[in-house]
Amino acid sequence: MNSLAEPKKWERFFWPILAFALFLALWHYSVIWSGTKVFPSPRHVEQGMVELLQKHILWNDIGDSLRRVLIGFGSAAAMGIPLGLAFGWYPAVNQVVNPVMQILRPISPIAWIPVAIIFFGIGDKAAIFLIFLGAFFPIVVACVNGVSNVPSNFRRSGRNFGLSPARILAEVVFPASLPQIIVGLRLALGIAWLVVVAAEMVAVDSGLGYLVIDARNSGKRYDLVVAAMLMIGVIGLILDLGFRRLEKIKSVRWGFRNES
Amino acid sequence: MSTEAVKSPIAGTKLRAEHVSMVFARDGKSTEVLNDIDLEVREGEFVCLVGPSGCGKSTLLNVMGGFLSPTSGQVRIDSQAVRGPDPRRIFVFQERGVFPWLTVEGNIGFGLFKLSRSEREQRIKHYINMVGLQGFEESYPSELSGGMKQRLEVARAFAVNPDMLYLDEPFGALDSITRLVMRGELLRIWEAERKTVIFVTHDIDEAVQLADRVVVLSARPASIQQIVNIDIAHPRDISSPRYLELRDGILRQIGFAHKI
Repeated sequence: MNSLAEPKKWERFFWPILAFALFLALWHYSVIWSGTKVFPSPRHVEQGMVELLQKHILWNDIGDSLRRVLIGFGSAAAMGIPLGLAFGWYPAVNQVVNPVMQILRPISPIAWIPVAIIFFGIGDKAAIFLIFLGAFFPIVVACVNGVSNVPSNFRRSGRNFGLSPARILAEVVFPASLPQIIVGLRLALGIAWLVVVAAEMVAVDSGLGYLVIDARNSGKRYDLVVAAMLMIGVIGLILDLGFRRLEKIKSVRWGFRNES
Repeated sequence: MSTEAVKSPIAGTKLRAEHVSMVFARDGKSTEVLNDIDLEVREGEFVCLVGPSGCGKSTLLNVMGGFLSPTSGQVRIDSQAVRGPDPRRIFVFQERGVFPWLTVEGNIGFGLFKLSRSEREQRIKHYINMVGLQGFEESYPSELSGGMKQRLEVARAFAVNPDMLYLDEPFGALDSITRLVMRGELLRIWEAERKTVIFVTHDIDEAVQLADRVVVLSARPASIQQIVNIDIAHPRDISSPRYLELRDGILRQIGFAHKI
């Protein structure tokens, strides 16, 4: 395959499917050759998946996980975007807040679990709080960077045409930094999906994270563990692909190509 | 060659720079950029500022536009001291001037937020026709060529019906053929609307083709070396003896030999 040539239509599907088939084969034969009694083969996982679907717990767990991510990520975006825009717009404020942010930002949300449980007890709120924390900082940082990277000509044009500072923020700075904000949101959604699984293992008794830990604890059902893991992967992929569609919107598409 | 140093106020003076000096202080060093600039620009006049690169032409234009305040001296427009940018005087940039998140229509309408909807639509249509962007109303700047983007920016500037236009090397990033076409277009629009234009360029041919008067600046710190009246009627024959005489005079003034 020539790397410069545009791949043919069948090739775009053929090679990834082949890679996936090879992965399944490698998995299947590794289980047979190693003679493991614990780790399930693809066949067992498939049966486990069917069992989960028939018992209807899978859909409930998926719904619970998605609901928590939606609330946690949504509130992080609702608070993070205005705050990030404000910090970027007033560099003096940013200088004051930045040291605190830079210390809080690298702390894994997992480390917050004990604190979250003290604050909110065991339950939905603690899990949502952890997701919020994981998503909040990347969103704020993306907004601050987005605003400070707005070319000065754009702001100057806004002033030149007589816009008030509030209108410059809304009609020039916000749309000019939107591509970077969308990148930050996408990153934050990925983190939120990682955090929800971890949070559900400790703080609640539903959701895909709980399904993983429950399948292990009640009867060492590793076929169900791996089935739930695969489900987490597939949903994470779907969320990311869905978010990528935002980058195609015409008023932000300019920010994702090497054109001005 | 006709040279004039304008000292006394003339009737119909639009802009007057009075003893404008500019010193930039950076890292404890101060750099003198503009040295005692005195200049009068008449109503409806087309003035080009030329000079060696880095001499401070753009700084002078930014002072006139109200984006920088001079270290000493002042600029008056209609006898009022310039205190900041104003929608009556629009600045056109070399690059990154148009807003990539707005369509052609959106860009031209950007400064027209005070007009009623029907008036705005009428203006947009008029200026789209004037710069020949019919059929591209819904296009985004990333779908336009470099020349079309500059046309769009010129249209956006003219659409708010300013008294003055400041153009900062507006065709500097275009290829030489497009640049020639754009000069013709700018002159055509200027002859129709008769705004006062101050045009910065490092291209002496461009200055002699466009301007009523060419202001030649010295190397940094910039002072006015000479003001050349271009007494050739439009459309100008760029191989006529008078054209070549004026151009070569300016080249000599800047210190270029005639051979490369």
